[in-house]
Amino acid sequence: MIAADRPDRRAARLLVLEADGTTRDLPGAGIKTLFGPGDLVVANDAATLPASLHGTHVPSDEAIEIRLAGWQSFPDPTRFLAIAFGAGDHGTRTEDRPPPPPLSPGDRLRLGPLNAVVERLLDHPRLLELRLPGNRAAVLAALAQHGRPIQYAHVREPLALWDVWTNIAAEPAAFEAPSAGFALDWRTLQVWRRRDVGFATLTHAAGVSSTGDPALDSRLPFDEPYRIPERTAAQVVRAKLRGSRIIAIGTSVVRALEAAANSDGGVRAGKGIATGRMARGTPLRVVDAIFTGVHQPGESHFELLRAFADDALLAKASTAFAACRYRAHEFGDSMLLNRQPPLLSREQNRGEGLETKALLEVCHDVGRIGGISCSARKEVGAMLQRTKFGI
Amino acid sequence: MQSNIDLQGLRVAVTGGTSGLGMALVRQLTAPGACVAFVARTAANVERIADETGAHGIVGDVGKKEDTYSIALQVTASLGGLDVLINNASSLGPVPLALLADTECEELEVALAVNLVGAFRLTKALFGALAASARGGRGALVINISSDAAVNAYPGWGAYGTSKAALAHLTAIWDEEAKAHGIRLFALDPGDMDTPLHALALPDADPSTLKRPELSAAEIIEKMLDALQVRATLHAGANT
Ligand SMILES: NC(=O)c1ccc[n+]([C@@H]2O[C@H](COP(=O)([O-])OP(=O)(O)OC[C@H]3O[C@@H](n4cnc5c(N)ncnc54)[C@H](OP(=O)(O)O)[C@@H]3O)[C@@H](O)[C@H]2O)c1
Repeated sequence: MIAADRPDRRAARLLVLEADGTTRDLPGAGIKTLFGPGDLVVANDAATLPASLHGTHVPSDEAIEIRLAGWQSFPDPTRFLAIAFGAGDHGTRTEDRPPPPPLSPGDRLRLGPLNAVVERLLDHPRLLELRLPGNRAAVLAALAQHGRPIQYAHVREPLALWDVWTNIAAEPAAFEAPSAGFALDWRTLQVWRRRDVGFATLTHAAGVSSTGDPALDSRLPFDEPYRIPERTAAQVVRAKLRGSRIIAIGTSVVRALEAAANSDGGVRAGKGIATGRMARGTPLRVVDAIFTGVHQPGESHFELLRAFADDALLAKASTAFAACRYRAHEFGDSMLLNRQPPLLSREQNRGEGLETKALLEVCHDVGRIGGISCSARKEVGAMLQRTKFGI
Repeated sequence: MQSNIDLQGLRVAVTGGTSGLGMALVRQLTAPGACVAFVARTAANVERIADETGAHGIVGDVGKKEDTYSIALQVTASLGGLDVLINNASSLGPVPLALLADTECEELEVALAVNLVGAFRLTKALFGALAASARGGRGALVINISSDAAVNAYPGWGAYGTSKAALAHLTAIWDEEAKAHGIRLFALDPGDMDTPLHALALPDADPSTLKRPELSAAEIIEKMLDALQVRATLHAGANT
């Protein structure tokens, strides 16, 4: 997989992975025609905060980067859960970033125009509660002026807010972009409307996806507040009643809808907090399919996919991603993963021949992507070998 | 007259809220309980009007690309979303007004940057918030303040008139496109008002012949409420 090194959404690819193991490789614009009348697509309309704040740890006079990572009380912009890094910026991989200077409660941080205070240290040297004293307006203005979107080493150029707001971004709630939503544009919503595909939104405060620290990463995602509008809850109930599919755009939507699930298949409207990890065995009571980015084993996003499909099916997705050179990360390519009925998984291992054919078809398209077919073919060859020997 | 109830809790953003028409709008919207955020470049004036009205003041220049999302962030965070955007801030272009052949390219560009591109950018950045409001069954409106100079070919008003004509056309096309998403856009001409902008353009005008900006603001709010009411009725109709 190639890390997407720039926010180029036009060249996006889209892998459709059916519950029976068949795959299709489509241009990103294929999202317009993926769904049928009655289907309900639910997206996260959270706008993204400029949550990376560079500055100085006043007691030591050393450089520090703060990444806002969670709300203490949404939407109060003066108190956050935060992750601290030492000197450096996004150009260095988070894994290689030095720790912050030793922090104590009460320490002051000068973050541009913001005078922040370490409220409390949590049980990890990088994790703290941060207060941004001042009135709301002044704090928001200072965040807007000084904050930068959280970003990672695979995108070198500094990102601006317009790079990380999806087209549907409404209220600033997320700490990192709900990036599956980058695939949505107003033309797509218009086409869906004409095709009688339902569209609804919720707001979920998507948190940081990675800290570079294994101990912290294993605790992601942190608790994430969400809000489900009455109308969205009503649309979900109606869709469920008529037996229609619910398609979540992104992992954050799955987390919110499943956290709000009722025993009767509907969802509770209003505010809530999505807690804990979703993983294999987490029951899905609402969502039938997820449209998401390309995730790798070990990431919390990938773990969530295991609630939708067994490892054999996900391995097929990984193989197809490698073969077709899909780009991982937030500005990369996408997939639509249909939830696998729990019983299908064993059946499907017998359909290997069919799967191989589908994979060949997928990779036929590689030539069109241009300039990479050679190495891609080699990978396909290797992959087919693996498939043949059932590894 | 509309009752005050209609404005209670309505979330409105006004650009150019510290003088003339914009200031009158901020005052008349906050008084009956609307939640208002407003934008202007001069920090001291922003603070003064924020203190006076309780509205959320934002320092920013709508003519600058780098300010657009900073403004959008502060608007949506302070109001928790957005129902109505009023693009009111405006640049005259060359002052004193100049014949087109005497207008520097850069002066035309400034008028376009603020009056046309600035309104476009901010509307686009806030479109998601407006669409969310529409989906939730609240209103979603964009009011672009135009001028009779958008329609009539007044000599000396080339840069300004061109930018306002383009803004009016942008508004009309966008309205056609945005209807499907429940967002309406319209352009309004407030009439000749006694404001600093007017004094700058026509220093010799007799103020007693000009409209008070408070009157224009009241008319605009009336039209805004009508449009929201029509939408609310349509929405209620569509749900039954
Ligand atoms: N007055 C009239 O007779 C008349 C007639 C027809 C149409 N109009 C229209 O009515 C609207 C209001 O005009 P007005 O007469 O009330 O103007 P005004 O008294 O000059 O007020 C303009 C306001 O906009 C702000 N502003 C100007 N440029 C800005 C920028 N680039 N970014 C952010 N804020 C900016 C100003 O504050 P800062 O300078 O501090 O930024 C001020 O708050 C304008 O669209 C105008 O074209 C007026």
